Amino acid sequence: MLDTDFFRRWMTAVAASVEREADHLTELDSAIGDADHGSNLQRGFTAVTAVLEKDAPATPGAVLTLAGRQLISTVGGASGPLYGTLLRRTGKALGDDEEVTQDQLAQAFAAGVAAVGQLGGAQAGDKTMLDALLPAAEALATSFDGAANAARAGAVATVPLQARKGRASYLGERSIGHQDPGATSSALLVEALAATVADGAGA
Amino acid sequence: MSGERQVGIVLVSHSGPVADSVAELARGLAAGGVTAPVAPAGGLPNGGLGTSAELIGRAAAAVDRGAGVAVLVDLGSAVLTVKAMLAEGDELPEDTRLVDAPFVEGAVAAVVTASAGGDLAAVEAAASEAYGYRKT
Repeated sequence: MLDTDFFRRWMTAVAASVEREADHLTELDSAIGDADHGSNLQRGFTAVTAVLEKDAPATPGAVLTLAGRQLISTVGGASGPLYGTLLRRTGKALGDDEEVTQDQLAQAFAAGVAAVGQLGGAQAGDKTMLDALLPAAEALATSFDGAANAARAGAVATVPLQARKGRASYLGERSIGHQDPGATSSALLVEALAATVADGAGA
Repeated sequence: MSGERQVGIVLVSHSGPVADSVAELARGLAAGGVTAPVAPAGGLPNGGLGTSAELIGRAAAAVDRGAGVAVLVDLGSAVLTVKAMLAEGDELPEDTRLVDAPFVEGAVAAVVTASAGGDLAAVEAAASEAYGYRKT
């Protein structure tokens, strides 16, 4: 079972990972975007860890809902409402349970990913976050590590794609050959989930 | 027409000066009667380029007279942030609507219509119709 503390540690792990990879994310974003993805997410997840500490939400669902809301308020770029919607919808789908199963999380996460697709109007293959999140959501029901691997592979697989959503889509064919920053940060989110599970098992 | 209570208009742009100027332009072109409440929500609180949920929420609250609020946006994160806020349910006044319209022309049409006493549906329709005005 996954308890409230697990979800708080997951968010803290994402914040640490975003912090570590911020320059890389911004570098990817400067190739096909507006060079702010790393700093935007860093600001967002720093605010997430602060508010989780301050408000100490009592359930897994409440942790993710609060985190999502905080991202929408603080990021300032499109990744704010997109990641905010992902976490908030996942949190809402988890309901009020004090502990949730891997299966519950997999189903809730799939609902969150679907909400991201609806908000941004993107589909698989458009060179967006979804190219990492959709395969991760599918794999999550069976394995956390499998989900992390699927997300990472999905992010790498965006390199040859042409962007069809967001600012990068204005570049047309020139967006080909670059890894999508949003898919890359989505992989960090799922990798942090798997790492949090591994840490818990080792403790 | 809804009498005294006018629809509020919020203008969300990535840039503070753009939102402020479009608000000024729309108010200026609507002049003549009581101008409907218009609030710009441009850029980030620190003045940088981007979209701020905080500024949007504040602007919407400032123009809400109980007759609904029409939100016009420029692009990208402005669109997604307002949509995400509407999905939340409690961050914007009741009867807040994201209007599908060109930013400048739609803002003028919305403010003129709201100032004339049009209800939220009329304001939305007028702003959206601005897409149909061809320039060549």
